Amino acid sequence: MGGTSTRALAIATQKLNLWYGTFQALFDIDLNIGQGIITSMIGPSGCGKSTFLRSVNRINERLGYVRITGSVDVMGEDIYQQGVELVQVRKQVGMVFQRPNPLPISIRDNVLFSHRLHTSDKCSKARLDEIVEDALQQVLLWDVVKDKLQHKATSLSLEQQQKLCIARLLPVKPAVLLMDEPCSALDPKGTEAVEELIWELRGKYSILIVTHNMAQARRASDECVFMLMGKVIEHTDTGDMFVTPRNQETADYIEGRYG
Amino acid sequence: MFSATSLNRKNDRNETAVRWLLGGMTGLLVLPVVVILSVLVYKGGPVISFEFLFTTPTKGMTAGGIFPALLGTVLLVICALLASVPFGIAAAIYLSEYAPDNWLTRVINLAIINLAGVPSIVHALFGLGAFVVFFRFGTSILAASLTLAIMTLPVVIVATRESLQSVPHAFREACWNMGATRWQTIRRIILPNAVTGILTGVILEVCRTAGETAPILFTGAAFFLPLLPQSVFDQTMALSLHLFVVSTQVPNMPEGVPYGVALVLIAMVLIMNSLSIALRMYLRGRKKW
Ligand SMILES: Nc1ncnc2c1ncn2[C@@H]1O[C@H](COP(=O)(O)OP(=O)(O)OP(=O)(O)O)[C@@H](O)[C@H]1O
Ligand SMILES: [Mg+2]
Repeated sequence: MGGTSTRALAIATQKLNLWYGTFQALFDIDLNIGQGIITSMIGPSGCGKSTFLRSVNRINERLGYVRITGSVDVMGEDIYQQGVELVQVRKQVGMVFQRPNPLPISIRDNVLFSHRLHTSDKCSKARLDEIVEDALQQVLLWDVVKDKLQHKATSLSLEQQQKLCIARLLPVKPAVLLMDEPCSALDPKGTEAVEELIWELRGKYSILIVTHNMAQARRASDECVFMLMGKVIEHTDTGDMFVTPRNQETADYIEGRYG
Repeated sequence: MFSATSLNRKNDRNETAVRWLLGGMTGLLVLPVVVILSVLVYKGGPVISFEFLFTTPTKGMTAGGIFPALLGTVLLVICALLASVPFGIAAAIYLSEYAPDNWLTRVINLAIINLAGVPSIVHALFGLGAFVVFFRFGTSILAASLTLAIMTLPVVIVATRESLQSVPHAFREACWNMGATRWQTIRRIILPNAVTGILTGVILEVCRTAGETAPILFTGAAFFLPLLPQSVFDQTMALSLHLFVVSTQVPNMPEGVPYGVALVLIAMVLIMNSLSIALRMYLRGRKKW
């Protein structure tokens, strides 16, 4: 179940188990996510997709009752090992949510927010301008917002907000981008635009994207992971999965026989 | 097809009756406020003058002004604020942003709510025992304002915590996921957005404090002091106690004086209230989401 490639790995988990209190949400997850490609993750509601994502940037730990066994390597380093600095993990692993959640500050400050968190020395204004432009260029938002960088981020359309939420991760040069149903709050046009953007980022970042939209998974990912009830059932090239699923459960889900 | 049925007409009559009933009761509520204010202005208005506000009382308080009491109330309020606001805000931030959700936190929250319900005379006795006697501050501005501070702390905490909680959780998530520490999140996102509510809460607390009599009665307020306080260890006059004194304790008091004192006290509270509302509107205009 190691995927199809022999390429370097962005995320590699071994025997990852996770409990919320006494409820086990993840079972022995062994998953290898390749670098520089887009991997989509599908599966019925409640199967643990978000939980998996949240254990890759260790945000789950904020809930006092979460217990984890096994290991998660990001870019070859075990992030659950002693001496790992959480702030560095979160810098390397950016997260995009279902509902765009730009901060209630200006567009410019949103883009610079994580940069400011992670750099101690003062940058010149010119340097900051450059960072803002570069990040917004990468998410195809620069031309739209370049004249209103001081406007509130919340005044943008949902699609633009979601792009901004991706943009604000980029200045600190993350290795991995996790996206939890990034398009499900958007209309079809917005979905298309954000999908296009994600495809645009392919190669520069390793992207793991959760989606309920089969068409999206099929269109916009290299590899696909199917999860069911806390377990990984199948992980193959997206093309193969949708044409010749190896597993009956996968086939059933893809054909819409699960919720 | 579209003409009214008898049921429609009955519903209409009920609607009108209910509207008038509710409106009438609201009107009755406003009445006392209007009466109190007009009596105060009518009877107390003529006494108010520059002299009344800014000179000391003379002739056994039947003449002269109320400056020591006015100043005393302002001083008490300011000192109480200085003591309660930092502690209240710190506690609220801890409870809202740091405290784990366990039984201890719930007990603390419950204690704070109950503290807000403790009668002010009980706070007065506590202040007497703790600040006047135990800490040996004597009856003084310090002891009185600390008593006021303790009394108003729960309100400050609750108001602050509520405004912190009203900042959407998604902002915290966003910050944490970018690697912000709790404090960075609070400092850069939560506090700037909660400041409106916090300020309003604090100013409302001030209003409450200005009118209180019981907590300062045993701890620092004086019946009559011809001299202005020199330090926080001196006693002071206060408007609320002064009102009581001129209304009931002094023979041959000109009729207008108690009304004048009451008017000044109410005006102080109203001014602070309007300030807080103005501030809230100004800040809400700049609200960021
Ligand atoms: N904070 C939590 N505390 C307790 N249980 C949780 C928590 N978060 C999720 N769960 C449980 O863990 C399981 C997996 O949830 P998760 O949110 O990871 O599913 P998901 O695959 O992302 O679903 P969806 O497609 O609806 O987003 C669910 O049964 C859910 O009830
Ligand atoms: Mg989910």
